[in-house]
Order: sequence, then C-alpha cells, then structure tokens
Amino acid sequence: MSPAPLLSVRDLRVGFATEGGLLQAVDGINFDVRPGEVLAIVGESGSGKSVTAQTIMGLTRSKNARIEGSVMLDGVELVEAPDAELRRLRGDRIGMVFQDPMTSFNPVYRLSKQIGEAMAAHRDDLSKQDMHARAVELFEAVGIPDAARRVDDYPHEFSGGMRQRAMIAMALALEPELLIADEPTTALDVTIQAQILELLGQLNRDRQLATILITHDLGVVAEVADRVLVMYAGRVVEEGSLDEIFYDPQHPYTWGLLGSLTRLDRPRPKRLPQISGTPPSLLDLPTGCSFRPRCPHEFAKCTELPALEERTAESPRHCDRCWLSSEQKREKRQVGGQIGLEAPA
Amino acid sequence: MARFIVRRLVGMVFVLFVVSLIVFLIFNVIPNSPPAQRLAGKNATPVLVKSIEEEWGFDDSLPQQYLTMMKKVFTGELIQYSPRVPVDERIVEGIPATLSLSIGAAIIWLFFGLVLGYYSALRAGGKLDKFLTGLSIAGISIPVFLLAPVLIYFLAEKLKIFPNGFYVPLTEDPWEWFTHLVLPWFTVAILSIGFYSRVLRSNMLDVMNEDYVRTARAKGLSERQVMLRHVLRNSLIPIITLFGLDFGATVAGTAIITETLFNIEGVGLYAAESIAKLELPPIMGVTLYGAFFVVFINALVDIAYAYLDPRVRLGTSAQ
Repeated sequence: MSPAPLLSVRDLRVGFATEGGLLQAVDGINFDVRPGEVLAIVGESGSGKSVTAQTIMGLTRSKNARIEGSVMLDGVELVEAPDAELRRLRGDRIGMVFQDPMTSFNPVYRLSKQIGEAMAAHRDDLSKQDMHARAVELFEAVGIPDAARRVDDYPHEFSGGMRQRAMIAMALALEPELLIADEPTTALDVTIQAQILELLGQLNRDRQLATILITHDLGVVAEVADRVLVMYAGRVVEEGSLDEIFYDPQHPYTWGLLGSLTRLDRPRPKRLPQISGTPPSLLDLPTGCSFRPRCPHEFAKCTELPALEERTAESPRHCDRCWLSSEQKREKRQVGGQIGLEAPA
Repeated sequence: MARFIVRRLVGMVFVLFVVSLIVFLIFNVIPNSPPAQRLAGKNATPVLVKSIEEEWGFDDSLPQQYLTMMKKVFTGELIQYSPRVPVDERIVEGIPATLSLSIGAAIIWLFFGLVLGYYSALRAGGKLDKFLTGLSIAGISIPVFLLAPVLIYFLAEKLKIFPNGFYVPLTEDPWEWFTHLVLPWFTVAILSIGFYSRVLRSNMLDVMNEDYVRTARAKGLSERQVMLRHVLRNSLIPIITLFGLDFGATVAGTAIITETLFNIEGVGLYAAESIAKLELPPIMGVTLYGAFFVVFINALVDIAYAYLDPRVRLGTSAQ
C-alpha cells in the first residue's frame, strides 16, 4: 500500500481578472503527491502548469487572482491559509527550484548569504557559522566541487549547471518534504540537463522527497517521473503512470506530444512532426473539449466537455478526457508504425 | 578591489588633463582677439595688458603656453586683475559655503527622494502613488529661479520663519548656519526629490518582476525583507550613478543660481560675479574647480558602485 499523500490538490481553480475578462488559467485540477514520488506535470506554455505550482506556494496571490478549491499539505489547507502561515511553509516545508538559474539568484549577494537567508527566515536559533557550515554541506550534497570555497562566490562566478545545483541546494536548505521544480532543466544544455535530473532523482529516492516536476519536455519526464499529468488549456487531459502515458496514451493531445519527440532510434523524418494550430486563448475557449480545434479526430460528441475519468478497463487510475472509444484510440494513435497524431486533412 | 580603485583614479587624472586642455583651448587659443586683453578685464590699462602678455608668455609656443597656465593654476599664481586677488584664495574661501549648500541639499534630496519613491512603488497604482506622482511632477517642473523668490517672499519676508539669505559659517554658529541654509537646501533639492522618487519607483517596479525576487518570496522571506533586501537594494544601483552626476553638477553648476538668489558667498556666487564682470581668470579657475569636483565625485561613485554591484568589480558583465 502506498503511503498517504503529502499533498492533495482538489478541484483547484485559478483565474485572473484581466481587461479582456476572467482568464481561467487553471480550471479544476486534482492530484496527489506521495513522499518519494515524482509527479510530472506536462504541457505547452500557457497550459497552466506553472500557475498550478506557484499557487501551491501561494505565489499567485494578488488582487486580480481568484483561487478556489483545496490544496492540502499534510492535513493543512493552503488555499484558505493566511499569508503569514503560507510564508512560514515556503522554503521550510516546500522548496522550489525555478527555470532559469541565471536570473533566479540575486546578483549582488554571495551564494552563502542567499542560502543563509532562506534558513534565517525560518529558524532564529542558527548562528552565522551554523548557516555557513550548513550551506557547505548542501553544496557537497548537490555535487558542487570545492564546496567550502565556492559557497562564498557570487552567482555570476558560477556556470549555469552549477547555479542550478546551487538553486537546488538552497531549496533543500531546511529539508522540505515537498520539492517543486518548475522547468528545472529548460535553460540548461542537454548534458547538464541529464546531470540535474539525475540529482533530482537521487534526492527524491534518498530523502523520500515528494517532487512535482513541471516541464514541457517528455524526454525529461521519461527520465524521472512516476506519475504524469498532461495539461492542456488549464485542464488535465490525461493522467496516468509513466508507462501508461508512454505506451498506452489515451488522449490525442498526448499522442501529439509523443509523436513530436524526435527519436534517434528511427529513420529521420523529412519534417519534424508537430501538432498543428496553436493553443486556444484562455479568454475564449472553444465549447466542449478545448483540444477540439486542433484535433484531426474530432466528431459531433466533442462539443460536449468529457469528464476526466477512467476509460480503459485494464488500468485503474489512468484517466483521460476523450470521447473516442478504447478501440478507436488504439487504432487512431498509430501513425507510421508509432504513436502520433496524424496531420489534419 | 584595490586594483579597481587605482585604475579608477588613474582614469580620473587623465580626464582632468583633457579638461584642462579644453579650458586652455577655449580661453587662450580659440578666441580671435589678443588673450592678454581679455584676461586683463574690461577697463584695463595698456601697461597691465603688456605685463600680462609677458607673464603668460603669449609669444611662446602653444605647449609652452599651456605649461605656463597650468603652473599658475597649481602654484596659486592665477589671479584676477581688478582688484588683484589670487583666484584660488577666493575659491577656497567660497568652498565651505558651497559644500554646505550642496551636501545638505544632497542629503535632503536623497532622503526624501528615496522614501517617497519607495512608498510610491509599494503602492503603485494606488491613491498614495498618484498623489506622490503629482507632487514629484510639480517638483520637477518648478524652475529654481521661480521657486527661490516664492520661498523667500512667503517664508522669509512675510512669515519670517527663516532668515532671508546670506551664509553664516558652521564654525561661527551652527544653529544660524542651519536656519540660513534651510531655504537654499530645499530650493536645490526639490527638483531632485521629484526626479529621484520617479526614477526609484520605476526601477523598483522593474526589479519586482525579476526572477530573484520570486525566489526570495519562495524562500519564505517576509514581504518587507523582500522589498528592502532584494528590490530596494538592487534598485539603488542606477540611483548611485545618477547621484554622482547630479551631485557633481550641483557643486559645479546649480549652486551658481541658488547662491546668487540667496546671496550665499560661495564659489557659485563668485563665478556669477566674474561672469558679469567678464573676468577671465576666475572663470577659468572656477571651471577647473567644477570639473575637478564632477570628475572626483564620479570616481567616488564608481568605487561605491563596485561595492554595491560585485559584477563591476571584476570587470565582467553579468552572466
């Protein structure tokens, strides 16, 4: 039996009041994350994945934001929590790693100071020496060579990959239970990406961290994720285990994502496959399934929004939002001998 | 850091050399009339003109003339001819008043500019912000020559809260020094208060969108810590540059108008009087003195800048 979830998100809705009307960035999503589990949230820009992550941390709170639903961290409701209480959780029980390590550190302070700041915000019993020693320990834990000396460097003296390691070290400063990594490898080159993912995977195993990994890159997902949430236009369109998503994908959007992965073990296609069209404006969503306008398999039923539910008999907890029958899906996702989304006529 | 300072000071000497060359060219070489005639002043006797011509060596080659001029500047032999007073003596006499005025005004404008800018940025778009914006635009728009007479008329003449002009040395009577300078200080400061609060506000609004500010929030810092340590701290870097230029310009320029309006016997008033009487040696001296201050303060500011922004110290840009 898997352990009880550390984080439970139920029917989370995040909207922003804009001049063009209410922009529903996240429209009713549900998921659980357990200790030692990596949940990947996948989607294009604007699918609501980063907003989801930042809402868990309370970073989207503002006058214009409408946040509804429930986010429970270990039995504590975060959506309703006062700002001060959320602030105490941030950096202490929830650590966050951001996309661009180049700009995510303040350029004017030494790294040891910035890491110490994270500790001082939550513990007042730590001396400067303690915090410095802890920063060195953290640098060693994330594999930064010569940690004792490098910890007093400025951010600009670090390379991108090293900065991302330092960022992870800072997120881990107070041993959080939940780590949210928002596109942690997007700004890095491929060899460094692999190292950072390996580090995240190792930390997840060694420390039983619950990890939410936000990315648009299915290659990254394949490396480390246990469960996968595919988001499109603010909604989850498919949810399942890593294997289910990669080998038995149910939603045409997931097929499209898988189909547009470049494969080195197959002959090179003339053109790299892509999903035609662009994501819809969140201010003007189509009725029914939001992927409908880009979907070559659209039929009459699609003007009605399908619920996210288990539609395959063989695997429970594998949910999707598509009206096609299981047989149709199995047949239609085969494009040129592999999974993909066929080009529209 | 030490290397940076040395490099900056060497640069400063070079800039001053170029400034002195330009002064030499403008005053002694370019004008199409005998330089001795102009140096002597409006109603000079032929004897005086003749002696100046010999003294300054106007028959020598240009490099030699330049050296003669610089020798005069450095040895205190640069004198005004009617009445015969060494220029450097007059400048040194005026410096305490000018610095009292400039430094006091700078403290006032930095303090109010930063405080108003900070709160304006925190409440961006709100009523307080709109009010402060209006106030600073008004401050920026009022010309000094209008503001000073208005202040003098209402606060000094009518209400008699402050004395009307003149300078009392700090060593003589600190309280009198202070009360005499309040109006001139604000006269100089008001434009800059408006300007600095606008600049700080927009810097802060830019910095608030930086990724590292989001990181600071994600670490669980309080809103106040985020604002002061991350947003304000990084927004001050461009303000320092601005301050270097403005402070130098105040000592060397703005003081001329304000000192004249308030009858403060500083370097600025001396410059204004010399210009009115077309006395070249003092103008030359004051120009060099002003250039020295602007360059010197900018060197100091660059050093402060390196302290505030570690990326400058190493001579490498960000990233």
